[in-house]
Amino acid sequence: MEAYFDNSATTAPCCEAVKAVSDAMTNCWGNPSSLHRSGNAAKELLDSSRESIAKCLSVSPEEIFFTSGGTESNNLAVMGAAYQMRRMGRRIVSTAVEHSSIDETLDKLAEEGFEVIKLKVDNYGRINERELYSAVNSNTILITMMLVNNEVGTIMPVQAAKRAAMAARSPALIHCDAVQAFGKMPVKPVSLGVDLMTVSSHKIHGPKGVGALYIRKGVKIKPRTFGGEQEKKIRPGTEAMPAIAGFAAAARALPDPQRELEHIRMLRDYMVEKLTELDEIVINSPPDGLPYVTNISVLGIKSEPMLNFLSERGICVSSGSACSKGKKSHVLMQMGLDRRRLDSPLRISFSRYTTIQEVDALIQGIAEGKKVIRAVK
Amino acid sequence: MKEVILIKNGELALKGLNRRTFEDMLVKNMRRRLESAGKFNFTIAQSTIVAEPVDEFADFDEAVSRIEKVFGIAGFSRAAAVEKDMETILRSAEEYLAPQLLGIRTFKVEAKRSDKKFPLTSPEICRETGGYLLRKFPHLTVDVHNPDLVVTVEVRDNYAYIHGTQIKGAGGMPTGSAGRAAILISGGIDSPVAAYMMAKRGLELIAIHFASPPYTSERAEQKVHSLLKQVSKYSGRITLYVVPFTETQESIKDNCPEDIFTVVMRRMMMRVSQIIAQREHAGALITGESVGQVASQTMPAIACTDAVCEMPVFRPLIGMDKDEVVAISRKIDTFDISILPYEDCCTVFTPKHPKTKPTIDYVEKCEEALEVERLVNEAVDGTRFIHINAY
Repeated sequence: MEAYFDNSATTAPCCEAVKAVSDAMTNCWGNPSSLHRSGNAAKELLDSSRESIAKCLSVSPEEIFFTSGGTESNNLAVMGAAYQMRRMGRRIVSTAVEHSSIDETLDKLAEEGFEVIKLKVDNYGRINERELYSAVNSNTILITMMLVNNEVGTIMPVQAAKRAAMAARSPALIHCDAVQAFGKMPVKPVSLGVDLMTVSSHKIHGPKGVGALYIRKGVKIKPRTFGGEQEKKIRPGTEAMPAIAGFAAAARALPDPQRELEHIRMLRDYMVEKLTELDEIVINSPPDGLPYVTNISVLGIKSEPMLNFLSERGICVSSGSACSKGKKSHVLMQMGLDRRRLDSPLRISFSRYTTIQEVDALIQGIAEGKKVIRAVK
Repeated sequence: MKEVILIKNGELALKGLNRRTFEDMLVKNMRRRLESAGKFNFTIAQSTIVAEPVDEFADFDEAVSRIEKVFGIAGFSRAAAVEKDMETILRSAEEYLAPQLLGIRTFKVEAKRSDKKFPLTSPEICRETGGYLLRKFPHLTVDVHNPDLVVTVEVRDNYAYIHGTQIKGAGGMPTGSAGRAAILISGGIDSPVAAYMMAKRGLELIAIHFASPPYTSERAEQKVHSLLKQVSKYSGRITLYVVPFTETQESIKDNCPEDIFTVVMRRMMMRVSQIIAQREHAGALITGESVGQVASQTMPAIACTDAVCEMPVFRPLIGMDKDEVVAISRKIDTFDISILPYEDCCTVFTPKHPKTKPTIDYVEKCEEALEVERLVNEAVDGTRFIHINAY
């Protein structure tokens, strides 16, 4: 049985997205900047795509900027905001468990003289809101925080960022990396109080190579690329129309996230119950995390053999973030897990296509793997 | 004007009466290596081999990059083959060498005249060519001691050849001239380098890899394919034997003390490898070991490993530092593949505190708990093979 549990890495494209990509390449391949019929048709497709993404986030289309994906959006938001605001202060507040596209960008800014504070997390990957309040001062120009952690599913208190900035009388822009949350829970930049938000296409069953950055109306950031009028000069370059059309189609095909969550939560609870019946399995994800992502450790069995064993049976799970394969998870290390848990994590991530039969196959696979694979001390 | 490759063989000139055999072997290797880059003709004359494309479909640049990696070649040149007429030689030199001459300041001309019927003597050819090039490229000056470029004109039986400074060849001896040996390859940095070094001494390679699914993944085996593919650019085609090793490793883990795990494992690998090597007519094993690098590579540990070997075990890296090995692996472009982070057979069940000074008595006693013969035979029987060739 084929069972795919690595939806935090990437998702299977939905048929709506596949069709939209193909249609855009076959019938609507013009350059949206061209002033003839072919260009006009492409421009229309671009506009309607932008509207679709905007609608999902309950924002206006002018606030959506297409990029090449989550990593570029995160880089653009953090660097663009830091450079824009550099005269107003030099502190940037973030967390110790961000995705590497944030984390490494922050390290780069720290080298350039920005004062970067990465808030520590507890053993469920949660930050302490009080620490957030005391880290943000009037000198703070940017707060960036993920909405859902990509490895353990912890939901971060993003709405507290704006409040902390207001309390400290800081001009800080608020950025939220919502890549793992978008499409899986209600995500509204306005109610979260964020100025910038990253979303990605291939995590919501769209094509790879496209994402978007929400930039609240009135907020200015510096571009990272130069050479054209596209995306209001924030992200010039001919628009990747097929990918953008596919992204929009995938966004339109998203079911109501609140209702979908019920189903996923039921699946997750069922899986956790079955898993805890097996010995030597600990759940690293918080019980109140986003139920799409469950991180477990199979104590004594390293991730790689278990992953290979399951893969042999057509079951795909991962040992952590796909963007840092082979290394020990920095998120789990930050959570202060002991060595046995750090050696043996498995990340199981669901999508709306996940079935209970697949979950059963996974549990059976892990149980068999535990019997067959020799444990290490 | 036609472009050819002039190949100078190195050590082969020293081989006396066997020289012809070595040269034939070298030509055979080159012919095989260039097969998929187009049709080439090879002719041997006065210790120079000329590789000449037969038609315009040959990929000449690709051929040159392949020749660069063939063992048994001291140096080679890309040359223009032209009619033996001084006027033609001059004009061809100007046209053919222009890209190189425009990037330098000083040059000198050397001439070799093996066709003594050619009206000009070597010094005359030098003078004429030098003067002509100076007129055509006014930025150049002649420097006979330390020139940026040596322009060579060789007047031979059929053509005159014009070329710039000779390119260094891969050196060593023609692959196969020293027989065949089996490299034990895990996927780390060392074994591809060891394979390269022994191939350089004329050994034809087969490779043996131990796979332990699910502890090792398909990616780990793919990595070995990529490494060998890279090595095969130098050594020619390699047949890889993949040995199923899970049961052996689990059995050692279940039955032997932890501190001796690696030494017993290596002895098992040697036993299996030896059988495969004998079956495939290989006369030696090759490993990437270096004294003291890890616990299983101390002198006592190597002695324990060697105790089960009846054929010679070549360890070309034995006295090298890691950075020296890394330098070679970078040179042959295996380093970036080697550092991919997949678990391999050597890192599965690595003991926390391995014995660094095992004795043969102790190891043999530990092995009593193993069904050595059955495990070895089953591993050999389950072995599958694939051919790996970069071209």
